[in-house]
Amino acid sequence: MAISDYIPFIAPRAPRFVTESGAAVYGIVAEFATPASVYHAAEKMRDSGFAKWDVYCPYPMHGLDEAMGVKRTILPVLVATGAFTGVGLAYLMQWWMSAVDFQIVVQGKPYGAWEPFVPITFEMGVLFAAFTSLFGMLALNGLPRFNHPLFRSERFLSVSDDRYMIAVEADDPKFDPEQTRAFLESLGGTDIELIEDD
Amino acid sequence: MTSLNPDQVTAERLAGLRAMPIAPPAPGTGDGSLLDDPTVRPPLVLNNRTPGEITEIVCGYVENPPGKWWWMLFGLTSTLAGVGTIMILYLIITGVGVWGLTSQVGWAWDITNFVFWIGIGHAGTLISAILCLFKQQWRTAVNRSAEAMTIFAVICAGIFPGIHVGRVWMAWMLAPIPNSNVIWPNFRSPLLWDVFAVGTYMTVSLLFWYMGMIPDFATLRDRAHRRLRAGTRTLGTYLRAYVFGFLALGWRFSTRHWHRYEKAYMLLAGIATPLVLSVHSIVSMDFATAILPGWHTTIFPPYFVAGAIFGGFAMVLFLLIPAREVYPNFKDLLTLHHLENMAKIVLVTGWMVGFAYAMEFFIAWYSVNEMELYVFINRATGPYWWAYWTMITCNVVVPNVFWFKWVRQNPLAIWLVACAVTVGMWFERFVIIVTSLHRAFLPGEWHMFFPTTVDVLTFTGSVGIFLTLFLLFMRFLPMFAMAELKAVTPQGDPHRPEGGATEEH
Repeated sequence: MAISDYIPFIAPRAPRFVTESGAAVYGIVAEFATPASVYHAAEKMRDSGFAKWDVYCPYPMHGLDEAMGVKRTILPVLVATGAFTGVGLAYLMQWWMSAVDFQIVVQGKPYGAWEPFVPITFEMGVLFAAFTSLFGMLALNGLPRFNHPLFRSERFLSVSDDRYMIAVEADDPKFDPEQTRAFLESLGGTDIELIEDD
Repeated sequence: MTSLNPDQVTAERLAGLRAMPIAPPAPGTGDGSLLDDPTVRPPLVLNNRTPGEITEIVCGYVENPPGKWWWMLFGLTSTLAGVGTIMILYLIITGVGVWGLTSQVGWAWDITNFVFWIGIGHAGTLISAILCLFKQQWRTAVNRSAEAMTIFAVICAGIFPGIHVGRVWMAWMLAPIPNSNVIWPNFRSPLLWDVFAVGTYMTVSLLFWYMGMIPDFATLRDRAHRRLRAGTRTLGTYLRAYVFGFLALGWRFSTRHWHRYEKAYMLLAGIATPLVLSVHSIVSMDFATAILPGWHTTIFPPYFVAGAIFGGFAMVLFLLIPAREVYPNFKDLLTLHHLENMAKIVLVTGWMVGFAYAMEFFIAWYSVNEMELYVFINRATGPYWWAYWTMITCNVVVPNVFWFKWVRQNPLAIWLVACAVTVGMWFERFVIIVTSLHRAFLPGEWHMFFPTTVDVLTFTGSVGIFLTLFLLFMRFLPMFAMAELKAVTPQGDPHRPEGGATEEH
């Protein structure tokens, strides 16, 4: 899936590699038997300079993201921005409604006193931060995306159960169908499979 | 992988046609999770269950029809829910006069039920958020069901303020929406803070629950697709493939995704922790900012939060102890050690609540405020003495049996205490609300409050709604956070020999 699928004026980029049947290659997947083997394979993948690759694991394995060399996510910055947006909007709303648009004397207090506005300001900050953390996480992950070339692989559907896999994409500059396959084999990968693109 | 379809294997095992790889422990015996040696960490998952077996246990109950017990319970609870719904319709058509309210006691069971349910709704987020921040790994066994319970309790709580406003069709005026009166809601009122606090709490709990389930939905989706590709084309499989496929949003277990997911989860936990403390504080301000003796106390926010955690954990135990009896393989995932931990939390929070009761009395005397002192003496010795002493017995006296180890380690005993605490926490709210209102400043206004049949049936109906939703959850959704459980098993740890590590790190 690429941008050219959605915009007709952009000519699709020619695939770097094609299979014998002429379909574009998405990448190569290799299965690993144990968490430790996939963990050490990930370290070696990281050290040999691959860029577009990923480890598929049924649960968030502790330390695997560091073993892969995943960059720290920007999500906390987004969530903080969301929280402060919520805080600002909530305060502005309460102040404008109570002190500007329709002033009512309540218990003889000043119209724009900040103290009673604290609870709602806090709650709205939390609400906006919560929305940002879920939807920000999904957006950074490129989800929802209901179809993916990897789902074509029968074996890949077992990753959600108890399998560990490494996938290298054909877009990776270091990718080469034969060499990458041999490299994954040398790391201990089994059942190595070429995946066609959509 | 077995050559048989995994679903078929599970179905046969659950139906008793095929032996489980390891039988669940016999009832009444220790299950190996209770260790006396504090230097040894008890196993979080028993019988050395592998990640694959965890998937099979949790998904098996979702994918296969439940036993007769489920239909019997569902029939009972949905009948109660139906009766409750009819009572609510009757109230809306007729007016709040169908409740036993008087000019003096203008709020009674409705607001009691609201505070009762919203309090129960606090345990879920506490387990998910606070225990997550403290890295308490045992939470993985209970967090999913506690979060579900939270949402169902908040739904029940939301009903009561909605219907007790009298003119239900005007309830939208609580929201700051432009209306024909041009006037805005009063932001200085704690009742409006409550609208925002409960609304935020409901939304954030729902997001938290849903986010935790995304990977488990993906597991169920993949199992359904494997089944379809193997040629098992039943309606249920198609439905699971599409419904769980939609809910899973295309999650594909990428570690780059997990990295952001875990960060998002920690952030949600971090913001939900002050949220859970703020919500019941704000609920308590509905009372504490009034000048009524018995309500006007500064201890209310922490006292209400402690009570909410206390009542919420009791409800978690009340639901999960029977659940692990009807789904016996869950005993491997939810061990006696987990139950004991929760029993300890009930004991601690029970003492906090007991301290708050004592402190209220002390301050009433220390303040030299006649009205305040009268209210408290009236609570203990007045016409509602039985409610007060039910509360004290259930909340302060009964949980002390958890000082004894054999009680903390006996599921039936824990369940009985949980029942008592649930009753006691309902009475706590009744005592706070009704005994303070029924004798206010002028003796000429003193009245007793008596509930009507509609009061009783509406509350019973809310219990029915809660239990019906929980039974549907048990039937159709993964009751355990599979991905999190797999991450805490030794087989899932790359640094343990069970996970394939060859040298010590």
